[in-house]
Amino acid sequence: MKIVLQHLTKRFPNRNKKIKEDVIAVNDFDLEIPDGKLIGLLGPSGCGKSTVLNLICGLEKPTEGRIFFGETEVTDLPPEKRGVGLVFQNYALYPHLSVYDNIKFPLENLRGSEKLTKEEMDARIREVVSLVQIDGLLERKPNELSGGQQQRVAIARALVKMPQVLLLDEPLSNLDARLRIQTREELKRIQVETGITTIFVTHDQEEAMSISDTIVVMKDGVLQQQGEPQEIYDEPVNLFVASFLGTPKINVFTGEIKNGQVCIDHMPVLEANGQADREVLVAVRPEGFVLDENGPLSCGFVSREVMGRDTSIVATHGDFQGERIRAIIPSEQEVSPENGMVRFSLKPHKVRIFDAKTQTRIKL
Amino acid sequence: MKTSKEKYLIYILLGLWALIVLFPFYWMLLTSVKSYSSYNSEYVPVFFTLKPTLENYATAFTAVPLARYFLNTLVFTLATTAIMMVVVVLSAFAFARLEFRGKNLVFALFLSLMMIPGELVIITNYVTITNLNLRNTFTGLILPSVTSVFYIYLLKENFEQIPDNLYKAAKVDGTGDLRYLRKVMLPIARPTLVTITILKVIECWNAYVWPRLITDDQNYFLVSGGIQEIRENGFGRENVPAMMAAVVVISVPLVVLFLLFRHKIMEGVARGGTKG
Amino acid sequence: MKKDLTAWLCLLPAILFLGIFMIYPLVDVLVYSFEEGYNFASRSFWGTGLYNYAYVLHDPFFIQALKNTFIIVIITVPLSTGIALLISLGLSSVKALRDFFQTVFFLPYVTNTLAVGLVFMILFKKTAYSDGLISLLLQIFGGPSVDFIDGPYWAKMFAMCVYTIWIVMPFKILILTSALAGVNPMYYKAAQVDATPKWRIFYKITLPMISPMIFYLVITGFIGAFKAYSDEVALFGTDLNAAGMNTIVGYVYDMLYGNSGGYPSYASAAALILFAIVFTITVINLMVSRKTVFYQ
Repeated sequence: MKIVLQHLTKRFPNRNKKIKEDVIAVNDFDLEIPDGKLIGLLGPSGCGKSTVLNLICGLEKPTEGRIFFGETEVTDLPPEKRGVGLVFQNYALYPHLSVYDNIKFPLENLRGSEKLTKEEMDARIREVVSLVQIDGLLERKPNELSGGQQQRVAIARALVKMPQVLLLDEPLSNLDARLRIQTREELKRIQVETGITTIFVTHDQEEAMSISDTIVVMKDGVLQQQGEPQEIYDEPVNLFVASFLGTPKINVFTGEIKNGQVCIDHMPVLEANGQADREVLVAVRPEGFVLDENGPLSCGFVSREVMGRDTSIVATHGDFQGERIRAIIPSEQEVSPENGMVRFSLKPHKVRIFDAKTQTRIKL
Repeated sequence: MKTSKEKYLIYILLGLWALIVLFPFYWMLLTSVKSYSSYNSEYVPVFFTLKPTLENYATAFTAVPLARYFLNTLVFTLATTAIMMVVVVLSAFAFARLEFRGKNLVFALFLSLMMIPGELVIITNYVTITNLNLRNTFTGLILPSVTSVFYIYLLKENFEQIPDNLYKAAKVDGTGDLRYLRKVMLPIARPTLVTITILKVIECWNAYVWPRLITDDQNYFLVSGGIQEIRENGFGRENVPAMMAAVVVISVPLVVLFLLFRHKIMEGVARGGTKG
Repeated sequence: MKKDLTAWLCLLPAILFLGIFMIYPLVDVLVYSFEEGYNFASRSFWGTGLYNYAYVLHDPFFIQALKNTFIIVIITVPLSTGIALLISLGLSSVKALRDFFQTVFFLPYVTNTLAVGLVFMILFKKTAYSDGLISLLLQIFGGPSVDFIDGPYWAKMFAMCVYTIWIVMPFKILILTSALAGVNPMYYKAAQVDATPKWRIFYKITLPMISPMIFYLVITGFIGAFKAYSDEVALFGTDLNAAGMNTIVGYVYDMLYGNSGGYPSYASAAALILFAIVFTITVINLMVSRKTVFYQ
């Protein structure tokens, strides 16, 4: 099912009643989600991504704008009429019901022509249970399950109604690191097997990158960029997207374009043919630094951290925005600071230039 | 660390108080199985009896309508508790889960009613029930005590601890509000519901003032009123063993209830009971 | 709106019952108390004013009830709170038999006041056959033969206070025991490391930590004792005026009902006087507590 959001806006009255102005959680949001894809809705906490999810499933009504599932407008439909499945961050399993009864719960609400017999319900439950692989757990209560198992039950409960859209709100953030990786592969498998259009909300860029077909980056209720993971990483449209994706974070220097060259601290680091002179921000991915005795970028050496596969160099620079530069170099390379300084040159395809004022991308 | 001398002292203190608490119970059991003649022949009461008899229990059930009092109390307790639970659950649900205009105002009003002592309103209630010709009826006995602001408050607090996400999940699945109340909120709040039920049962079983005001027909006496009746006009004033038999019969149900649910009851009382 | 309707429907029974049996009576009792010469049969009265209050305050039975109530309050509240604190401290310092003691101590809470009161009456009463167990016990220690139920005033008051304390103890022990259990043991450990003497630990740590609960017990104790009534009936029978052991609440009910009843106006005035007393005492308590009670 294709999902289309048109000019979606959601305002809430301010919680602090003294402030009359509404809080704008989602601002003029336009998005088209193709059928059968896994979409990661990514942004820092408080950016309005959960509100978007609530708008799609109908728990919230938009202040302005329209929502379509396929060709049908669902803007004013109550949640139960939309055919969506929703999985919460803390799973929201009913603590007093067994796993089986939890999964059965939504089916018992079906009325009229959709009403199911006991046998049909059972068949459906068995089907999703084997899909999410929790066969042995049906008699248990939620508090007898591990976090990962609860997660699967929650997904089974959302899938059992055969929703057209599956929505996941921070599905992995309550799991420990190892389980998270395992579960996200699991999520991907289930999504591929069922082919249900799935949207999941996360603030973890690694999580979003690893399993999404498409990532949607949000900030302050505004859509920043939509695209495939690699595309968003490589071609961020603005500084926010560039710094939100990638660990360690992208390194940002203040610099300028002068005479067709990008300079940091008056040293040319990159060609910028045909660009007008102006102040810019130079963002360098950690893997974009190359140790080079004659390199233009001279930095104060702080420390060297061995990570096994590669080595990261922590350094300082007067025009660096932030505390410490983090550069990643292959582990076999020696680091030999001279007078406490190291010199780098930059890999051009790992450097992105942004306008100092608007922070939007300047394509070289 | 405690010295052993201190420990003995503490156990003596605790034992002494346990004795003071238990002695009246022992005395009523003991007296209830002494025969009338042997009881009255003891100038210095004897602390045990070698010839226990159950004849006093027979007297208690035949000479006065003890069974009737018992049945009345049972009906009164069950009906009052059941109706109150419905009223309390619905109100707590409205306050905890539903959004409506004027909610905060109404809730504040409810809370302020907690401060009103029963003694103040009982006068008018007496007049109201009398004027409605409901004296000596179960309706008159039950109606004024089927609402408790305190229990509404207690249950509302409990309901509010149920995560919002459960409600949202249920809503996405198309669960109506009342079904959500029945299938999710009530089962989760079960411990609190049990506590409230037990506290109310204790309160009803011991009710004295209101029943006494509203009933003068023995057919509607509850156990408390019955005991008073027995004491003043019962077996002849001096048949103490029969009186004690009646007291035992009246006390047993609550004591059994207590022994069965003692942790629940004590926890419930600690959370919000007062003697009354 | 549909949502509003559901909510109001859910609240309807509670609002209805509270309206009829709480809010309306509240207004009504004020009205009654100012209606002079109210006749219950014809529901008429001949004037409004403070006469009912004046009558009640000059009624020797009310004065007696007032005196009895105050004596009961002044004796039982501090005494029961003190003993309860002692017992709770003992209870929380032992492990063996603790559950047993707790269960036993709570037993009076779940008993019918009137039923057990009868047992106390038997223990205290002097009859043609026996002086009563308590009196006999006292005689062993050289005391006089006293009838605590029909005898002198101080003897009756003694019996009354003993029974009242017996009845209110379970609640106080329960509350104090759980308050003591709630004190974080790390404070005791810290004090021990500093070699603090035991009495100092009690005064400087335990007492301040549980002071909110003690204060709660004092307030509810005052309120409860001021409303004493059924315990009195249990010991002395329904005609409390004749026994000279009436309380304010007893006076209210007697004015309303029974042999001397039929005067809702006097009853209302007396009830409002009681309410005023309880309210004043509670306010004083709150003011005192602000200076002495430690809140975290």
